[in-house]
Amino acid sequence: MSTLATTTTEGPRLDRVTPAVEVRDLRKTFRRRDRSAGRFARKRPWPALADVTFTIARGECVAILGQNGSGKSTLVRLLSTLLIDDGGEARIFGHDVVKEARAIRRLVNRVSVEASFFKKMSAAENLSYAARFYGMSPRRTRTAIPEILARVGFPPERRDEAMENLSRGMQQKVALARALLTSPVLLLLDEPTTGLDPRSKLEVQDFIRQVRLEHDATILLCTHDMGEAEQLADRVGLLDRGRLLFLEPVADVKRRFGVDTLEEAFFVATGREFENEATEDDEYREVFG
Amino acid sequence: MSEFAVEMRNQLVGLAGIVERNVYLTKRYILWDAAFMIWTIANTLTIVFIARAAHLSPALENTLATQLLVGATIWAFLGIIFEFMTETVAWERWEGTIEYTFMAPLSRVVHLFGQGAFAVLYGLIRASILFFAVAAFIGIHAPQANYGAALALLALGSLSFIGVGIMTSVLPLISPEKGAQLGFVAQGIMLVVSGVYYRVDVMPEWMQWIAKISPATYVLRGDRASVISGTGIAWADVWPLLIIAVLATPIGLAVFRVGERYAKKHGKLKRSG
Repeated sequence: MSTLATTTTEGPRLDRVTPAVEVRDLRKTFRRRDRSAGRFARKRPWPALADVTFTIARGECVAILGQNGSGKSTLVRLLSTLLIDDGGEARIFGHDVVKEARAIRRLVNRVSVEASFFKKMSAAENLSYAARFYGMSPRRTRTAIPEILARVGFPPERRDEAMENLSRGMQQKVALARALLTSPVLLLLDEPTTGLDPRSKLEVQDFIRQVRLEHDATILLCTHDMGEAEQLADRVGLLDRGRLLFLEPVADVKRRFGVDTLEEAFFVATGREFENEATEDDEYREVFG
Repeated sequence: MSEFAVEMRNQLVGLAGIVERNVYLTKRYILWDAAFMIWTIANTLTIVFIARAAHLSPALENTLATQLLVGATIWAFLGIIFEFMTETVAWERWEGTIEYTFMAPLSRVVHLFGQGAFAVLYGLIRASILFFAVAAFIGIHAPQANYGAALALLALGSLSFIGVGIMTSVLPLISPEKGAQLGFVAQGIMLVVSGVYYRVDVMPEWMQWIAKISPATYVLRGDRASVISGTGIAWADVWPLLIIAVLATPIGLAVFRVGERYAKKHGKLKRSG
């Protein structure tokens, strides 16, 4: 992808042998109040991630499936240096996420379920200041921003419109553009298509495929959409109540559990139906509860 | 270019990004800012009119009005600095951009100083408008005023104000709900002990001791002297400001680092808007 190649910042040299992501016995526990025990009940430890171990090779696309509250967002935030773990370790291209956070920040970018922007500012303005944080000068962003917005299918005539006037799908395209503008070698996608209309969803999924084909990026996709995971990823993992139950190619998962679909595999692995718990969008709501 | 030079260049571009973002936001909220400016002018007038009500000789009334106006202007200036510094976290949390800013490869020192640099520039513009608008309305005469010295001292004091502001900006990290309001408590306390509308020696002795470590004490004293008597920058006001700036900034950054670590440990960098 020419646009991305030309926007690459002078970053650390990465060898092809070191795994993109190495996670070993990673633990994170929050404290949450047990609602059933009443309003004034004491907060209790609640493991968001329990001894999670996996590796992602460079250039690979791995999907982590899980229901809401399963620990997907916690995993993405830990890898984004936004959380500090309670045990175990996580490395990105050999760098420890806690001790070498600065080195990692140049390599990683992220798209989350909420397209988070300054809503009064336009798409171009939001991308412009965000790119500066990664050392991109105005001379570079003058050409790079229109190019990247064109690539994600964002209409040029709406570039200067306030974000609050854009649809959810449009905002998510700008979020993708923001992540790719800085040419990350590891792209963390946390429910990137949740809440999008079917057309926008397909467009975003097509773009993820394109990024994989044309840009040398490793992708970690966290989703509760099993179809999306099956279509986009080389390997699929299942995170359930903070535990990673498996991480294998889809065909191997189906063979192992003797089933035809990932939904059935989930049922066999956990003894429960795979449902979306619409009341809590992720485990963090509990932290503020 | 060496690795260090590249990093320095990237950090400078990042600092420009912080200022650029605040310029965009100021443009978007300019009408709200104008409305807030009217409120600040009205509020300042309620203070400066006290000089008229004191029934003093015209010369003394003019001196008292100028003294009150300088105090109110610095209160407003400090308010802008603290507001911007506190919003470093609070506003971004509301908009949901906080995680993207904190995961960017921008050093926290540059991030916070970028925010402080814009706050000082914006605060100086607003303080100047406020001062001259109220002076014109009341009819204050300051023929001997040395505005250059007053502005220079305010700018020097700003280094300390940014340092203290960094300490308060950590509060919304610890308490997303109430942290921002606590920044205004710090502002109020600092100005009360610094003699915002009065001389420091009218306060109890223990408050006078606290006044010695407040940068606002020296800015208020120096600016009053510059505006009323035309005194230039006095070394007696400069050296305490330099010492406080040298101490306040690293302490502020250390406090912020502890707060950031706490927030990352407890998952409080999450958006709340």
